Amino acid sequence: MSLLKISDLHVSVGDTPILKGVDLEINQGEIHALMGPNGSGKSTLAYAMAGHPRYEITQGKIEIEGTDISELDPNERARLGLFLAFQYPVVIPGVKVADFLRHAISNVRNPDRKEGEKLIPMREFRKELRDRMSELGMDPEMARRYLNDGFSGGEKKRMEILQLAMLKPKFAVLDETDSGLDSDAVKVVSEGLSRLSGPEMGVLIITHHERLLEFNQPQFTHVMLAGRVVETGDAQLAAELHEHGYSSVRERHPEAAAEEVVEAV
Amino acid sequence: MATKLDTNSENENPDIGEYQYGFHDPTDKYVFTGEKGLNANIVAQISEMKNEPTWMRDFRLRSYEIFEQKPTPQWGGNLNDINYQDIHYFVRASEGQERSWDDVPDDIRKTYDRLGIPEAEKKFLAGVKAQYESEVVYGSLQEDLAKQGVIFTDTDSALKDHPDLFKEYFGTIIPPDDNKYAALNSAVWSGGSFVYVPPGVNIEFPLQAYFRINSENMGQFERTLVIVDEGASCHYVEGCTAPTYSSNSLHSAVVEIMVKKGGRFRYTTIQNWSNNVYNLVTKRAFAYEDALMEWVDGNLGSQLTMKYPGIFLMGEGARGETLSIAFAGDGQHQDAGAKMVHCAPNTSSRIISKSISKDGGRSSYRGLVKVDPEAHGCKSNVVCDALLLDPASRSDTYPYIEIEDNDVAIEHEASVSKIGEEQLFYLMSRGLTEAEASSMIVTGFIEPLVKELPMEYAVEMNRLIELQMEGSIG
Repeated sequence: MSLLKISDLHVSVGDTPILKGVDLEINQGEIHALMGPNGSGKSTLAYAMAGHPRYEITQGKIEIEGTDISELDPNERARLGLFLAFQYPVVIPGVKVADFLRHAISNVRNPDRKEGEKLIPMREFRKELRDRMSELGMDPEMARRYLNDGFSGGEKKRMEILQLAMLKPKFAVLDETDSGLDSDAVKVVSEGLSRLSGPEMGVLIITHHERLLEFNQPQFTHVMLAGRVVETGDAQLAAELHEHGYSSVRERHPEAAAEEVVEAV
Repeated sequence: MATKLDTNSENENPDIGEYQYGFHDPTDKYVFTGEKGLNANIVAQISEMKNEPTWMRDFRLRSYEIFEQKPTPQWGGNLNDINYQDIHYFVRASEGQERSWDDVPDDIRKTYDRLGIPEAEKKFLAGVKAQYESEVVYGSLQEDLAKQGVIFTDTDSALKDHPDLFKEYFGTIIPPDDNKYAALNSAVWSGGSFVYVPPGVNIEFPLQAYFRINSENMGQFERTLVIVDEGASCHYVEGCTAPTYSSNSLHSAVVEIMVKKGGRFRYTTIQNWSNNVYNLVTKRAFAYEDALMEWVDGNLGSQLTMKYPGIFLMGEGARGETLSIAFAGDGQHQDAGAKMVHCAPNTSSRIISKSISKDGGRSSYRGLVKVDPEAHGCKSNVVCDALLLDPASRSDTYPYIEIEDNDVAIEHEASVSKIGEEQLFYLMSRGLTEAEASSMIVTGFIEPLVKELPMEYAVEMNRLIELQMEGSIG
């Protein structure tokens, strides 16, 4: 059974269909890259997988280890082992990183936990948090800050990777986690990711750049155009796209290229 | 600018706004219950029962006339349904003020036990006044503070025991003709706190007053007067509750604060009235040269609150800060804000106003920043944030800015957010349930206020919010 299986996925935002039949299968230990021009539907796929209420699945399904998650709330998906590292993590003023993470971990590690039941022990949590932060080169003081409030771009991305490290999901989607980062920060994120990913975890890296992939070689590269996966190849495909852009892809798939809409990003 | 949230999201938000202080005690043992209704005779009767000097009786009667003459304000919340003739203006629940909780009548003491006041007093307060209905029933002050000349008493006693000090300041910061409700309070006032801090005395622990309305159709009209003398400092904390009745009660207080040169004073209010109390309060402070005045104002509960704590920055270098949080639930309107009046050069002010609205509740920020022509080099910063928990709720901002000087720096920022679909999604994508996520967002939103509270109050405030959120976080 595959870790993640997406079949014939159609997703609309409001009345606008964005994804028009996506198929994707990812196994444990595999790293996949998802590339494509702006507006091709990459982030939509990420949001639909995580269960954002505005992204409506109109057809098809998403399964994790055989369980259809298409109708589940985002927290239930998280408890089944799905994780999305956001491109634009929201700011949540007044909520301390440590408090938030302790709740998150308590729920994800104990899927049967009911609201109000006790959280994982403070001492255990603190030690783990300190260790993970130090591995990612993060100032321990950051745990006391408000979630993403006043964080620089790099700090936000690092915070996403810290959450990935703490939650230890079965399957991680990284939505353009490298965008807006200088090369040092990309390196930190990449190294963090490569330390975390392993034989247990499946990873889908969404990017239009190649940098992140240099550190985390994907076994498969998928190219999205106008809401469909039009090509699948190996790591070499990512390198080609990085060098030559998407014009050759468009030439090879004129019918999809014709459907492209120019979107403000 | 008016903002109404329009969203399709059908979030099942946690139940905020459930009221935990809705119990009430029997009222048949009361020492005196005045007739319902308001007229010059009732006003004179209150003065008589308190054995007041003639000047106060005249002051009350003059204030009553002003109250009669002033029209009901139409610019804010709906005040037209208040039936002034259906309210008790004076109720005496016990014989007098006690210095030991053991001597406070059982029913009343039990109420305060349930509210946790004696417990708090032991742990972290320098003094306590507990007002029940119209009068203070319990009072204490640490001995060493009394020795240093600190006065912390109820306002009725202050009029008797410190007549000169009292008369010098009473009604000078908020005169009866300031507004209709200041006039009403000036006519029928009873109880409240009187604080005097002598020059250079710093009171480390907070002084606390607790106001409780118990009977139905009750009006509570306490009057608070605080004088912080030169270089002195003090923190005063006030809490308010009332039981839930089918008919409305009225709370109309006047709070006057004088902070002299170099003094510091912080006035913290956490009020949690039941949802049918009209809460119409006038609060104002004068801050002189290099003085610091801070209002920390938390408004939960009530049917309608209209309250705009003001600071007049009277002396060069004076600073004023207001931090207010309003929480409007079903059928509630919180019309709250702040006033900062810069009357002297190089004065600075800051207003932070936050509101949370849910279940069709309505919150408004109404604020005034005024700069007099001679107030050069002053600075003011206003930030208001509104959080809407559902599409039926509403938030408005009415900022008034009047500048009569060129050399000033004024900033105003306002934001309205729904309990962000994006914030909820983010937290839920990390495994938090919707209720946990909402609770966390709300708790985070009020964090700036909670952070400013004395620790025990912060714990209480968080507990209050958590209790009011269905499926509170663990």
